[in-house]
Amino acid sequence: MTSTQYRVIGSRPVRHDGADKVTGKAIYTADTKLPGMLAGFVLRSPHAHAKIVSIDTSEAETTPGVHAVVTGKDFPNVENKMADLGEGSVNLAYLSSNCMAQQKVLYRGHAVAAVAATDVHIAEAAAKKIKVEYEVLDSVTWVLDAMKEDAPLLHADLVTDSMGDKAENPSNIPVHLHFEKGDAGKAFEEADVIVEREFKTATVHQGYIEPHAVVADYNEDGRLKIWTATQGSFTARQQTAEVLQIPLGNVLVTPCEIGGGFGGKITVYLEPTAAILSKKSGRPVRITMTRADVFEASGPTPGSFMRVKIGAKNDGTMIAGEAWLAYDAGAYPGGMIGPGCMCVFSCYDIEHAVVDGYDVCLNKPKTSAYRAPGATQVAFATEQLVDELAAKLGMCELEIRQKNAVKEGSRRVDGPVYPPIGLEECLQAVQNSDHWNTPLEGPNRGRGIAAGFWFGCGLKSSAACTVNSDGTINLLEGSTDIGGSRTSIAMQLAEVLGLEADDINPMVGDTDTAGYTDVTGGSRVTFATGMAAYEAGRDLQQQMKTLAADLWDCSADEITVGEDGSFTGGDKTVGFKELATELFQAGEHLVGRATVSPECPTNGFGAQIADIEVDPETGKVTVLRYTTIQDAGKAIHPSYVEGQLQGGTVQGIGWALNEEYFYKADDTMANASFLDYRMPTMLDVPMIDTIIVETGNPDHPYGVRGVGETPIVPPPAALANAIFNATNTRMTELPMSPPKLWKAMQSNQTSE
Amino acid sequence: MATVFIPAQLRELSGGVQSVEIEARNVREIVDQLDEMFPGFKDRICTDGNISPSLQVSIDSIMTSRGMIAKVKPQSEVHFIPAIGGG
Repeated sequence: MTSTQYRVIGSRPVRHDGADKVTGKAIYTADTKLPGMLAGFVLRSPHAHAKIVSIDTSEAETTPGVHAVVTGKDFPNVENKMADLGEGSVNLAYLSSNCMAQQKVLYRGHAVAAVAATDVHIAEAAAKKIKVEYEVLDSVTWVLDAMKEDAPLLHADLVTDSMGDKAENPSNIPVHLHFEKGDAGKAFEEADVIVEREFKTATVHQGYIEPHAVVADYNEDGRLKIWTATQGSFTARQQTAEVLQIPLGNVLVTPCEIGGGFGGKITVYLEPTAAILSKKSGRPVRITMTRADVFEASGPTPGSFMRVKIGAKNDGTMIAGEAWLAYDAGAYPGGMIGPGCMCVFSCYDIEHAVVDGYDVCLNKPKTSAYRAPGATQVAFATEQLVDELAAKLGMCELEIRQKNAVKEGSRRVDGPVYPPIGLEECLQAVQNSDHWNTPLEGPNRGRGIAAGFWFGCGLKSSAACTVNSDGTINLLEGSTDIGGSRTSIAMQLAEVLGLEADDINPMVGDTDTAGYTDVTGGSRVTFATGMAAYEAGRDLQQQMKTLAADLWDCSADEITVGEDGSFTGGDKTVGFKELATELFQAGEHLVGRATVSPECPTNGFGAQIADIEVDPETGKVTVLRYTTIQDAGKAIHPSYVEGQLQGGTVQGIGWALNEEYFYKADDTMANASFLDYRMPTMLDVPMIDTIIVETGNPDHPYGVRGVGETPIVPPPAALANAIFNATNTRMTELPMSPPKLWKAMQSNQTSE
Repeated sequence: MATVFIPAQLRELSGGVQSVEIEARNVREIVDQLDEMFPGFKDRICTDGNISPSLQVSIDSIMTSRGMIAKVKPQSEVHFIPAIGGG
């Protein structure tokens, strides 16, 4: 556990953007207004799979108030090449045709044309005058059906890539992954107990409150200005430039305030379309998705089919694991099967394991990241099997997890070994918690636990801090602030300089002003951009030592910086502000800067406890009590860590109990609204209690680990285990909604 | 010498060998030597002379973004694994 005493880190200052957010003054993309701005409307496919025979835009173009119409023909031909987007890569041809369909539509909601007009109603009415002739094709939305040889093919040229070995015939399976560790077959033969089940999970959406929105202003000089709701302004810039085939430096992206992202606002959907409309009309254009557009045409997380098997010795030691996973990629390749494979056994030290994973294209929107992408699905499977193993062996479900928990030196199924990590400490926190030690009583009630993991990444971040004449700081950084990161980054700078959080004015810059910074994703911002701010502070201190040496008539080497940020030279000691003011008056102007690129995963582990009650008449699950425990390394601002833990948990509860894309017989979504897509509200969940474990990350100056993603991993499994303990019914399909649970309970009673 | 783990999907090239010891200063030298030992290895993990975008290299559990020029220490452990993103 970390024991260093800090002044600012670990405190809970009011966030710098708090007043703007709660008074409605914060500027979101949809608030952006430019002179002469037009409204855009995107016409979308009503079919799940169809060939575009022709598009006639003539009537729309002559509609009064319409200034521009675009179709796929207005998009440049983009090479079939991969572009590195910092966190992951993307095939540019697929990215472009996902923004605007070319020859085929691959899912309902796929964009086929767009109109810019003086208001959105005119644009919508004109768009409906566009005549699109479709040749409807057979479609597929269930992952196992899409894998069949006779399945409707989405891409005629797509073949399975098994780590560079390309299949001969086209299919809907772009990627097959295979991992082996030890000899799983032999280990299963030696196992005393084996558990195996098949699991399914539904497609779910991140459900961010703010829909995708963009404003584009294409100047006559070729300069394109974009205001957008994005998790990464630099990746939005690159994707937009690549799709439009224009120089990167011609694009300026300003990240507006953002109403949630959770991984779903990394890919561009509207930006190239708005840019082309702006170029054609000569006016700025704003496009805002409807909620139905968001569900049908942005990036939900994969549905899945999984078959998982674990073998153990009689003493509870897990010795063998096997997993076969098939994840939706959506309409285009590049789903979350990689991390799914790498996470299926990530919490347990299983010596022998084999994992096969398949990325599968089908007629759903292209999947996108969603908090720990790919990990929640496999945890739903593995964590239930761990409970079943414990039951078969007569062990406590916590004890078997503690016995097999990964620790420093444990080898992952994909090969690398863990550095110091905190799963054992999280499980110990479960054991010590008031929740675990309080008996749950009453009929139809059950308690479940589950563990979870997400890698957390570093990537590239930059920070620059300008010193004002009074010693306060203007901090410029490039990370979209989703969960309070301005403040958690500013606090790290304040700590190193001996200032208060209020002395720092943090600002999220655009792509022209901020140094290159990767996405707000991967649980990386407080870790990596915080590290950049820390290093920028160190850079300032070094400059100030050099300048103070002139003032104090000594050498820079004779000046030291204390842990409280004070400068001492000879018999003189002054604080940061005092020296900064003195230097300013002497004519010196100070700017500290840093760019960092940490490459170490931050390895976030967590464990959760769920108490539920099942209504036997309806199958409705009520969450009675819930505790989320996570190793944060070091919590910079504990309230924000707690917020991440609570938010991720509630999203996981929604995924577990209600959320799902319902598909009709024609493979179009039946519930593309918040009325019919059932996300939890504050009335559906109790207060989520949190316990922050702090094991300290040796790769960060203050010990930070990423925390944003792991909390969504355990909830479906913890709730499934709780449901089993309440009803003796093992749920293997998400969501565990009332009708599904009720049916399973009836079936269970019949079989008993 | 660095210990280089052969991905399970490429062990058909290595005759089932799971890891090899290689003396190298960087990933490029490792890949070149692996290709000499197991012909075809480089084609399977590289695109246009660089590590394929769908892969990343883990050196001592650090996911390097430096690809072929990433430095390797004498006792390093090297893996080729799928690239991942986060939410």
